[in-house]
Amino acid sequence: MTAPIVAAQAAPSSSPQALLEVRDLRTYFKVMDGVVRAVDGVSFSINRGETLGIVGESGCGKSVTALSIMRLHDTPPTWIPTDANQADLPDDVKALLGDAPSSRILFEGRDLLTLPGEQMRAVRGNEIAMIFQEPMTSLNPVFTVGNQIAEAVMLHQRMSKKDAWDKAIESIRAVGINNPERRVRQYPHELSGGMRQRVMIAMALSCDPKLIIADEPTTALDVTIQAQILELIREVQDRTGAALMLITHDLGVVAETVHDVVVMYAGRVVETGTVDDVLLAPKHPYTEGLLTSIPSRGMKGQRLNVITGTVPNPFNMPAGCNFAPRCPYAFEPCSEHDPRIEDADPQDVACWLYSRAPGSSATPPRVRPRGAEVRA
Amino acid sequence: MTEQRGPDTGASTTPATGGAEVLVRVENLKKYYPIYGGVLRRHVGDVKAVDDVSFEVRRGEVFGLVGESGCGKSTLGKTLIRLQPETDGRASISGEEIFEKSGEELKRLRRRMQIIFQDPVGSLNPRMPISDIIGEGLVAQATKENGWASRKIRDSRVEDYLEAVGLRRDYTRRYPHEFSGGQRQRIGIARALALDPEFVVCDEPVSALDVSIQSQILNLLLDLRREFNLTYLFIAHNLSVVQYISDRVGVMYLGNLVEAADVQSLYTRPRHPYSVALLSAVPDPDPRVRKKRIVLTGDVPSPAAPPPGCRFQTRCWLRERLGNPENCETEIPVWRDMGAGHMAACHWSEELPDDVVGQAVAREAPPAPVLKPRVNERPATPPTSPQPGDSPLPGPGTVGG
Amino acid sequence: MSESTLPARPAATPDPESADYEVALESLNQWQLAWRRFRRHKMAMVGLFIFAVMVFLAVFGPVFWPYDPLSLRSDLPGPQGLSPLDLPPMGSDGAGRSVWSLVSNGARLSLIIGMSTMAIAVTIGVSVGAAAGFFGGRVDGFLMRFVDLMLTIPFLFIVLVAARFFGAGELLPLILIFGLLSWPGLARLVRALYLSLREQEFVQAAKAVGVGNVRIAFRHILPNAIGPIVVSATLLVANAIILEAFVSFLNFGLKAQDISWGNALARSQQTIAVGNWWWPFFPGMAIALTVIAINFIGDGLRDALDPRSRE
Repeated sequence: MTAPIVAAQAAPSSSPQALLEVRDLRTYFKVMDGVVRAVDGVSFSINRGETLGIVGESGCGKSVTALSIMRLHDTPPTWIPTDANQADLPDDVKALLGDAPSSRILFEGRDLLTLPGEQMRAVRGNEIAMIFQEPMTSLNPVFTVGNQIAEAVMLHQRMSKKDAWDKAIESIRAVGINNPERRVRQYPHELSGGMRQRVMIAMALSCDPKLIIADEPTTALDVTIQAQILELIREVQDRTGAALMLITHDLGVVAETVHDVVVMYAGRVVETGTVDDVLLAPKHPYTEGLLTSIPSRGMKGQRLNVITGTVPNPFNMPAGCNFAPRCPYAFEPCSEHDPRIEDADPQDVACWLYSRAPGSSATPPRVRPRGAEVRA
Repeated sequence: MTEQRGPDTGASTTPATGGAEVLVRVENLKKYYPIYGGVLRRHVGDVKAVDDVSFEVRRGEVFGLVGESGCGKSTLGKTLIRLQPETDGRASISGEEIFEKSGEELKRLRRRMQIIFQDPVGSLNPRMPISDIIGEGLVAQATKENGWASRKIRDSRVEDYLEAVGLRRDYTRRYPHEFSGGQRQRIGIARALALDPEFVVCDEPVSALDVSIQSQILNLLLDLRREFNLTYLFIAHNLSVVQYISDRVGVMYLGNLVEAADVQSLYTRPRHPYSVALLSAVPDPDPRVRKKRIVLTGDVPSPAAPPPGCRFQTRCWLRERLGNPENCETEIPVWRDMGAGHMAACHWSEELPDDVVGQAVAREAPPAPVLKPRVNERPATPPTSPQPGDSPLPGPGTVGG
Repeated sequence: MSESTLPARPAATPDPESADYEVALESLNQWQLAWRRFRRHKMAMVGLFIFAVMVFLAVFGPVFWPYDPLSLRSDLPGPQGLSPLDLPPMGSDGAGRSVWSLVSNGARLSLIIGMSTMAIAVTIGVSVGAAAGFFGGRVDGFLMRFVDLMLTIPFLFIVLVAARFFGAGELLPLILIFGLLSWPGLARLVRALYLSLREQEFVQAAKAVGVGNVRIAFRHILPNAIGPIVVSATLLVANAIILEAFVSFLNFGLKAQDISWGNALARSQQTIAVGNWWWPFFPGMAIALTVIAINFIGDGLRDALDPRSRE
């Protein structure tokens, strides 16, 4: 049994640098068949101007985390325990929560989860902007792109229609679209996929956000277009100094775009660190499994690594470590005790190979010391 | 026709090299989709999805076909096995004309050419149990000799192939929705292989799957190739996957095949500026790899109105570098041998600067990942039994590149 | 988090897909499974019960009221009739007939009309729609123009004229007219379903293994279109029953001596003058209940025939 993390309830701004600090985020969906713990105790932070990648396979909770930060879920069916809503939580959600601490999403010290709706709307799009995977569905087909950007600008900043329109042209120019005066008058369907994603980025940047959340921004695009967009994201991030949170399943994109990375599995953070540390010397068996199952150069002629089995049923998570049933290194405590990243020292991997399980006498098998490179 | 090529016939097929027997030959294949316009719905033009493509696939090899969406690679695969009518051109499988068959002959031909689809959800009929999904082909192809008309023989064959793709024999009564994405893809593979084909078109078979499942399917495809002596046309947009699985690779752009070569040769010394840009654009999960990326400007032109001359000229970085030579716009580049069977269609292949190409494909990449066993003492019994032959960690790696 | 609420983690098995959680249903055949799913659908079971009662009435109704519903009984009073209190369960009409007799006898003809119309319309509609959607091109163009033509015909007018011209109150012509005029909507629906389904990869897959066109159209595509077809088929039954009531109300329906709910209702026109609520109420109730019951059954069938809706 894991003890509640008391430290997490400390004063909001424990690290003064942090722009966004997510603490013990738990996002549960109450559906007909039960409660899905889509995100179950996720903590990380992003400093001003920094870049963070969140990686994981489908269903690991990475997109739900982003939507939770933006508060784009409906309650019900989605429940995030905060100090304010303890009384409203359904009983089965409460039972699963046990004595887990309240979730907090601190943005410049303010808890977004308890912010009144009106103030949250001011944050959304203005201070935190989001870029979605499918640029076609996130643009309204019946308005010109200029209209949509200008509208967003006018919504958040006091500006005349004319100024907003100029700002729209300016931000379209800034994302490398030729002939912006003509493009603002076009409708989304007249643009190609890459162009639409540029427009989405232009829209996200139009209000000078402090944080950009990009949810699989290049997954729907071709490689050569993906290269353009990644270049663009890097470039605008450099120029504007906004922090970037990039959500993706593609480890290559992560390696090229961000500095720090959070690896998620089944609603949990399993490993964090700099890109170099995590991708070159992964600690968590899941991270390692992922990296070795990618057919990369030099793997030719060898069998690829396989992570056996499938992701656990979200209604019925295994006791102990979520990854234990598929883990080639699992040993005694893994099936009983739940490794939490907060308990690890340093707090960078949730795995009993690196810390001693409470009450367990089993010695972790000797492991590769930190720094022994996975890639020779 | 060979009957029941069993799992144990397989003398392992080594990757085909020059001189191996040609199984599938495609000559000047064209596939146009007519565009109708105006009030009278007149024929006003064509979308040239595949335009004058020729190549060969040798028996036992994996021929990879890469390109971005809309380049015509899937259309090519589906036209080749007669899922769509061709517009013009010829194709043959072991000397037999594919496009001239009809009726009973076509049905017999279909048995020899199968396809594995991309979408593990859409390609399995949701209203059919697995036994019928795999068995339908057997019913259609039943003859006196194979006895597939008999339910009993059919069922046992279905079970054999379920087992061959790593699923349990008793899954036959279940419906597709009861399976995960990777399992469904295995069912799709079993359906194709149950007919005992020689040639299988794999149309983006792993693009819809998560990374960890993708590796299972790639391993399986390679195992099955050996076991059943298969030849694959492997269509994908993921260059790493194609590099991993293919013996030879073709690159398509806007309906044309622009380059085709041995995989090693193509990935280390591409001879077409588009291939160079494509390879440079692939993000590498190894953070130490620093490629000099060639970012192509603009978008792919519409296949309904391709540019004249070389189709890549509107985005070509080499053309720009060479000061926009005229023949790129006026002459269609000739499909020619750049040495050792490395084919490419570019007027200026010889002018590709070696240093740019080298940096773009990161030939000087760090050595391949070598995973050392993490744990010195393993628990006596591993908690999960890996798939036979799947050691949780690959053996010591070889240096690639 | 308390561990006691969590089930033990699944034991590892040598199966390659060991952690697969979507496991085992005992093996039942498709129809058994469908029936199980149907039984879980509460409203459908209620619908089925009501429908069964109606069928029972249609077959055995006269047994419970051993009077010929048409024979006038002198002991029942004239134009006013008896109220349900005086003559349980449903009172009598102005001509001295028991309303209960009318309702229980009417069930037979009304259900025959509803079901037969549906059968005719579904047969034609599915065939035409499937052919148009599956083959597309010219076949589609021709068939759909014909359907458009059918839909431009003023339905009611044709029914009235045809009923008078061919029928003169006969049952069979009436059913044929209803059936031949009600399929175009269904044909359009089926065509749309086929158009989208034939582009699905599983259809291409069937083609690739050599399955013939007819088998693809009926064995591969039709089951995927069955949900919407079943629902509109049940609506057709309901529509035909109501239509017959309407036509009878206008005196273009069945002969006076053939009793259906429709003409039972039609005969209660005078209720407005006399104020006997039970004359229209009971036949009307029978129609409404049956129509609702059939709709519920349709919903249940749609879900039951979909293997994806297991629970």
